[in-house]
Order: sequence, then C-alpha cells, then structure tokens
Amino acid sequence: MDRRTVFNNRLLPYLLLAPQLAVTLVFFYWPASQAAWMSFRLEDAFGLTTEFVGLENFQVLLRDPSYYGAMVNTVVFSGSVAFLSLSLALLLAVMADKQIRGATAYRTLLVWPYAVAPAIAGVFWLFMFQPSLGMIGRTLRGMGVDWNPLLNGGDAMLLVILAATWKQISYNFLFFLAGLQSIPKSLIEAAAIDGARPTRRFWTIVFPMLSPTTFFLLVVNIVYVFFDTFGIIDAITRGGPAKATETLVYKVYNDGRLGGDLGGSAAQSVILMAIVIALTAIQFRYVEKKVTY
Amino acid sequence: MAVVTLQNVRKVYAGDIEAVKGVSLDIPDGHLCVLVGPSGCGKSTLLRMVAGLETITSGSVAIGGREVNEVEPADRDIAMVFQNYALYPHMSVYDNIAYGLRNRRTPKDEIDRRVQEAARILAIEPFLNRKPRALSGGQRQRVAMGRAIVRKPQVFLFDEPLSNLDAKLRVQMRVEIKKLQRALGVTSIYVTHDQVEAMTLSDKLVVMNAGRVEQVGAPSEVYRRPATRFVATFIGSPPMNLLDGVVEGEGRVRVDGAVLDVSDMRAGLQPGHLVEVGIRPEDLEIVGSASNSVSLPIDFVEELGATQLFYGALGGQPFVVQAGTGVVPADAKSLGLRIAAERIHVFDRESGQRLGRVAETAAA
Ligand SMILES: Nc1ncnc2c1ncn2[C@@H]1O[C@H](COP(=O)(O)OP(=O)(O)OP(=O)(O)O)[C@@H](O)[C@H]1O
Ligand SMILES: [Mg+2]
Repeated sequence: MDRRTVFNNRLLPYLLLAPQLAVTLVFFYWPASQAAWMSFRLEDAFGLTTEFVGLENFQVLLRDPSYYGAMVNTVVFSGSVAFLSLSLALLLAVMADKQIRGATAYRTLLVWPYAVAPAIAGVFWLFMFQPSLGMIGRTLRGMGVDWNPLLNGGDAMLLVILAATWKQISYNFLFFLAGLQSIPKSLIEAAAIDGARPTRRFWTIVFPMLSPTTFFLLVVNIVYVFFDTFGIIDAITRGGPAKATETLVYKVYNDGRLGGDLGGSAAQSVILMAIVIALTAIQFRYVEKKVTY
Repeated sequence: MAVVTLQNVRKVYAGDIEAVKGVSLDIPDGHLCVLVGPSGCGKSTLLRMVAGLETITSGSVAIGGREVNEVEPADRDIAMVFQNYALYPHMSVYDNIAYGLRNRRTPKDEIDRRVQEAARILAIEPFLNRKPRALSGGQRQRVAMGRAIVRKPQVFLFDEPLSNLDAKLRVQMRVEIKKLQRALGVTSIYVTHDQVEAMTLSDKLVVMNAGRVEQVGAPSEVYRRPATRFVATFIGSPPMNLLDGVVEGEGRVRVDGAVLDVSDMRAGLQPGHLVEVGIRPEDLEIVGSASNSVSLPIDFVEELGATQLFYGALGGQPFVVQAGTGVVPADAKSLGLRIAAERIHVFDRESGQRLGRVAETAAA
C-alpha cells in the first residue's frame, strides 16, 4: 500500500514539521553531538580543562572489566524483562480477549502501571520487597527465604526485573489485545472446524498472526529496558549491591555524574547510541519486510 | 456422508434475541439443501449451529444419526466455506489445504496425495506455494473449497461463499460447486440470500423468514406452489404480482371488477372471503385487445435483452408483465392480458397462507 498526501503549498509541510524538528534538535541532536565530542576528550582532575585524546576513552572502556559486567547485567536484565513482560502481557491479553470483546474497563485498569513514573514505580516495589519493612519482603523472610535485595546481588536483580516488567506489561498488553482483536473471528472458527484444539489454534494461527506485533514490541521493550529503566534502578538499587544491577545506562550516569569521568561516560553514551540506532534500523527493516504475511 | 436432521432447533442470543424460532429439517444423504431468506432471518445462525460454532438453545442437531449438540466443531466431521474464505494468511495455499489433515495426524505422504488431488480438481496447482494474499478472489474461493474437500467430511457447510465474487465468476463457481457436490456426493447445506443461486443449486430448498421456515421443497415445487405470500414474492424474479381480491364463489375470485377462474383454490371458502391473488409476471398471455382480457396501461418498459418488463398498475396496485422481446409492438400504450386458471395463486389476505394445494406430494 502506498498512500501519499500531496500538499499544494510547498512551505506548509516544512512549517508543520518545524516544531517537532526543533524539539528533536535541541533535546536530541545537540546533546548527542556534545556526547560524541566529549567522548574524544579527557577532562583534568578539577574539571577545568579538557584535551583531545582520540580513541583513548574507548580503549580504556573496552579494557575495563566492570564495563563488561554492566553489559552482562544489561543483557540479563533486558532479556528477562522483555521475555517476562511480553509473555505475561500476551497471556493476559489472550484471557482478556476471550472475556471482553470490546469492553474497555479492563483495558483502563491494566494501563495504569504505564502511567506511573519509573522512579515512583521503583520506590513502590522497593517498599513492598524491602526485607525488614516491606510486606512481601517480610513475608518471604518469614517463610524462611533468605531474601535481601539490599545485600544479595541476585535478589536485587530479580527485584528490578520484576519492577521493570510490571511497568511494561500494560503497554505490551494493549498492543497484544489490539492485535488479537484484529484477527478475524472466522479464522479461529475455521481452525476449530479444521480440527485444531485451542492450544494448537493459538500456536499455529494466533501466535503467527501476532508476529508483527510481537517483533515490534520486542524491539520497543529492549529499547525501553536499555534507557527508561534508569529511574527504576536508581530508585531501588542505585546499581548495587556491588554493581550487581549496574546496567549500561546506569553506568553512564555513575561514571559521568558520580565518578566524574565525563569522557569515559560520553564514550559509553556513544556506544549505547549506536546500539539503539542498530536496533531501530533492524526494526524498520523487518517490520516493513519480513514479518508481514 | 450422512443424513442431517434438525429437530425444533431454537437459538436465543443474549438480550432475548430469538434468531431461530424452532426449525425442523431432514436432509437426505448426498443432498444439497439451500437455506434462503432475507438478511437477518437466521440462516447463518442455523448453519453455525450445525457447525458447532454457536450453542443450540433447544432442540437437537444430528449428523449421521448421532446427536451433536454437545460435540466440538472439530469432532463433527464437517467442513465449512466462509463468506470471507477465512484462509490462514500466514500459510501457503498448500499449508492452508493441508492444515486440517495435519491436525488429524494424517501421514505425510497421504496428506500430499490428497492436497495434490484437491488442487487438481479445483485447478489451483500453480498456486500451491503462494500466500492467499497473492491470489484473486476467485482463486481464494477455490482454495477455500479445497480446504473443505480435502478432508472428505460427512457434511459441507457453505455460508454465502460466492457473495464476494463478481457476477460472472459467481455464475461460473455456482456451476462448479454443484458439479463438485454431485461428484463427491457429500451432504451439503448452503446459505444464500440470492434466490437465483438458491433455485439453481438446491435439491431441497428451504425458504426462511424471521427465524422460521416458510416452506421446504424441491425448487420447482416452491416456485410453482409457494406456500405463503412471503415465499411467492421472495422466490422468482421479478417478484410475483399481488392483487387484492374477494372470493366470489367456488373457484372464482373477483379482482378489480373482473372475475377470475382459479383452478387451484381450496373448496368451501365463503363468498366475500378476503384474499390476495398472485400472478407471476412471466405467466401472462399477451393477447392484443381481445374481448375477454384485462387491459394494463403501460407506465414504462425495462429492456432485459431477451425479454422486456412492462410496468403498470391494476386497480391501483403495481403490476409487472414479462414478455419476449418483440412480442409487444414498440409503440403499444397498453397490454391486453389473459391468464390461465391454473396459473393463479390465491393467498389468505390476513394470514398470507396459500389457499390451495401446496405440494403435489405430501409435504416433505
Ligand atoms: N452474536 C449475536 N448476538 C446477538 N444477536 C445476533 C448475533 N448474531 C446474530 N444475531 C441476530 O440474529 C438474527 C439472525 O442473524 P443471522 O446472522 O443468522 O442472519 P442471516 O440470515 O445470516 O442474515 P444475512 O443474510 O444478513 O447474513 C439477526 O437479527 C441478528 O441480528
Ligand atoms: Mg448470514
């Protein structure tokens, strides 16, 4: 399908784009180019002067084991959140789709978590799971589980994964529900007559037909986990204990803001930016070509 | 292959919508039964109850002597062709056709043999590797048919399978469906609102209206002896003319000043009984201006090619006459009409029931 709108006035389209472009320029391209610029420079100990050091910041970074630690954390974290939030959202959407063809009450309820600011979501989850004060934290300890996200790196990782998943489910749910409801009912009926039981129908008809939605969400979720979870991690663990939950994006903040290594932090930003650009490019290529049927 | 039997089947949807109000029907083995009726009369609902896609509120549906009310669609051994074809868009034509067999764990080589055979019968072999979106409407229709025949089910169900095709293709597919159904000998139920499709396809025609069966019979029988005023006007194109009349005596009805002889009218009707007289536009004899005829002033003429339709009014009620092109002179202002006594249908004006024999044999 190729739908085009033709403007008679040559200037109008540029005028319409101008505000958006201005915002992007000021809040994205400007800081992005600053980061790129800084990634080639080294600041002195007092932050007074900088000098050009070429690729040295990147070399230092790639020799730093804690950078790989953050990378592993990021992969574990984003993989788990994407997998959990996608599968739970799909499960919820399938159940909702059965019950409510069209009803909006559930939808409204389920979208709430998405409206909660990441830091607040983080505090909320920390509060529930705090080992000595939190309701769930205390219950867990009462049951003999050695639960302590403040000291135990694994527990901390689990907690931020849960919080980030919880926040992302609603978004995924909405897309999945819309996807499910756009599958014609007669397809499901035809499959039923063709002898497919509900489970088989799901895996052979529904799931493949949702694949564009799933792929889109996968990329969106990974990008979300890479960046937007900063607030959650900052609120719950601050990257700790012992950097167990320090993801790439949190490390940028940690090294740059707290560690004062602006050059190294900028180099990390540049790498992150490259990753996101790659992801986005993949998304555009596949969503447009491969994943349609 | 099986007999399908419906007994007093009812369907009430949520909100007290009674879509099907007690339908009983017997479809003999190998017959093609067409359900026809206006939009919303409950045809699809009835078909979907046979398929198992809707629950049955009361009554029973039996396929091959086995009651299937509580049986899953998958286990009823039926195949259905949907109006929008419902092809699986992410599967190739081959996989679409093979899907039902795979679900039933048919061996691979058997699947291949059957898919190839179905594709050959329907002339869709060149498209087996394509996705449905790369097919024309007619080709999709064939794939949908292929998906149905490949499983060799006991019953075929069709819900307006041709209504998304253009007129020419529709006629062609209609003939093919009929041939295919004959050749395979599978009992079939076919839903349509197109009365031409209904007449040409059916072994057994079921005319439905507002959730009820108005008449069941061979198509020629339904055409010749419509059981109700509704059937009379629904089957036949252009529809039957209806004129108000009053019973004059045994076998005689007065219509707008003239007295008509009627050969098929129930005996013992009181003179003065209010009736409606039905006359098919194609049953009239055109006699110029003979003495014992009715004169119809012509308002306008429709050319259909082989025939012409003359529109006018008799006694204030609209009236249509169909005649072969050339029978009536081009400059004619009125038609002299005569009607044979055995071509006149009489209906009770109040109930709409036919006042005469309905079927040659006892009702089916
Ligand atoms: N799911 C439903 N819930 C409530 N009412 C329904 C439902 N499906 C159908 N109906 C109603 O039942 C009646 C019969 O519907 P049905 O689809 O059987 O008509 P149909 O004869 O197939 O008409 P058409 O020729 O337009 O397809 C209609 O009045 C319709 O509004
Ligand atoms: Mg219908």
